[in-house]
Amino acid sequence: MWQTIEQMAPYAVGYTIPILAAALGGLFSERSGIINIGLEGLMVVGSFVGGISVYYFGPSMGNLRAAWLGILLAMAAGILFSVLHAFASINLGANQTISGTAINLLAGALVLYISRRFVGTGNIVVNSMTRVDIPLGKDIPIIGSLFLTDTYPTTWFVLAILLIGWYVIEKTPFGLRLRACGEYPEAADAAGINVARIRYAGVLISGALAGLGGAIYTVTTAGQSNGSVDGLGFLALAGLIFGQWRTFRVLAAMLFFGFAVTLAQISMLLPSFASIPPLALKVFPYVVTLLALVVFSKSSQAPRAEGREFAYKKN
Amino acid sequence: MVSICAILLGFVAGAVLMMTSSSNPLSGFMYLFQGGLKGVSRFCNTLAYAVPLMLTGLSVSFAFQTGLFNIGAPGQMLIGGIFATSLALTLDMPRVVMLAIVISAAIAGGTLWGAIPGLLKAKFNVNEVVSGIMLNWIAYWIVYITISDNFKSATIDTESQAIPGAASLREPFLTRLTGGSNLNLGILIALIATALVVFILAKTVMGYEMKAVGFNSSAAEYGGINVAKNAILAMAISGALSGLAGLTFYMGYSNNMRIGIMPSQGFDGIAVALLANSNPIGVLLSAFFFAILQTGKGFMNAMMPIPPEIADTIIAVIIYFAAASKLIEINMDRIKGFVLRRMGKAKAKKGGQ
Repeated sequence: MWQTIEQMAPYAVGYTIPILAAALGGLFSERSGIINIGLEGLMVVGSFVGGISVYYFGPSMGNLRAAWLGILLAMAAGILFSVLHAFASINLGANQTISGTAINLLAGALVLYISRRFVGTGNIVVNSMTRVDIPLGKDIPIIGSLFLTDTYPTTWFVLAILLIGWYVIEKTPFGLRLRACGEYPEAADAAGINVARIRYAGVLISGALAGLGGAIYTVTTAGQSNGSVDGLGFLALAGLIFGQWRTFRVLAAMLFFGFAVTLAQISMLLPSFASIPPLALKVFPYVVTLLALVVFSKSSQAPRAEGREFAYKKN
Repeated sequence: MVSICAILLGFVAGAVLMMTSSSNPLSGFMYLFQGGLKGVSRFCNTLAYAVPLMLTGLSVSFAFQTGLFNIGAPGQMLIGGIFATSLALTLDMPRVVMLAIVISAAIAGGTLWGAIPGLLKAKFNVNEVVSGIMLNWIAYWIVYITISDNFKSATIDTESQAIPGAASLREPFLTRLTGGSNLNLGILIALIATALVVFILAKTVMGYEMKAVGFNSSAAEYGGINVAKNAILAMAISGALSGLAGLTFYMGYSNNMRIGIMPSQGFDGIAVALLANSNPIGVLLSAFFFAILQTGKGFMNAMMPIPPEIADTIIAVIIYFAAASKLIEINMDRIKGFVLRRMGKAKAKKGGQ
């Protein structure tokens, strides 16, 4: 059993990291009061930009460096794309769920269009990043074999962002303002905070992090970009609710999810799971998420002003 | 009016993209529409493609009436489709009985899959968008495994066996009449469903209560309307409509179920409903419009070097602008004001002379 978990861990973490990045993005947006259903589409954009960067720059500058460049470009592309959502939800008072859905539809279609037009195929295959062991760290008992062996460098990048994100949201004036806009924008407004500007920041950060998640997905576990991230963006949203909009709980929720999915994927190969019907294993992650939602939604600690209309001051 | 502007803006975006492909947008659009409309067979194929879109569009609109967002339409299509397909492939009865059975089965499956997010929303405050997505994936795997274990086609691994003629919505008479198109009895189902939805919303107490909940749920609750019951009911009916969409897609437009694919008509139903502003008659029109884009894109792609995803891009842009309708309204007011001022000035000049 232990050996199984040990073998599973690198895959589970690899699966978790892209959704964790997107979920952190969603955290910034939702804590500022804007629902971002468009995480899925923003991840698709990131996945495409990441893939195309490795495709174009990989041969000349090496895959690893091209992947990192792709990740940075994907974050920039995510920011640009999320402006659409910010503009619709903040300046135009659009229904945020609908605007987010439009982002999802648009990202999938546009990315495939561009990819077919300029690369000639809708499916860009890239070489994945190589996994590395953390020197010294991998010899630590338990943690070493679970989390410090066979890791992608991007994993550490996202975990660093997680820590910074937690610090920014909980400990800085900006974070306080962000939370105020999500809970009670009228009060924030009365205190002289520019609610629109803070919410723009929240949405654009979510664009950057969802783009990051999409790019990581392409250059690590997926190894291709095909105009879809298989619903990971929606899983990130579910994880956000499961984690009750708190940074470290979101991390725990996402890790749990990563292990559940990986278990479902590799279960066919394990003799100890042979007796469980395959359907049960395949739907396990989704059923567990539904159950978690049932348990956690009633006492939801969602930002109170989330998705609500607010009369922004005209500048 | 807003919808028309949104459509125009969608086409403008499409034209810009076509120009990046160094293609003439005018001939691009010409091929797009020719592919969807030219000739009896093409026209009827487009109509056949529109049928599931009409039903998912109605489904999403119906949930919208009570303020719920049914993103679970693909899952409801799948479950409705698998219920009907399983029965069609196991039972052997006369045609009329078979049709009644598959229709009821599709309604039952869709209702079940729609009621779950409604129930979770009403009883546990679970966000229906996230639960809908989870249920889509659960449905995806249920269909995948049911078909590959029980009803796999002898030749192709990713398809079910063909639906027997007795249970299929395809009618040889209709097929012959329309030059071999896929048009089938589904169109009748869609029209009857539309009429029923119009009737429920306009003439029944249930419809009145649902609209009241969608308009202002607190006020409705205060007025003695059971909000939770209405949410579940609305999602169940919405699910039933999507279940029927699954039936018309898998057993009418096509004649088997392919596995490993989430039916895109479910998501396109959202677009159809938004463009129609949730008006049932508008749904019929906007479904047909989107069907033209979807069926015409292949023809356009064959005639010009434009990737077929142009159709989906245009649809997405239309939805974005439909959501951002305020942008269009503001600018229309501006234009109106400008024109009125001009006319005022012209009048004043005339008066002066």
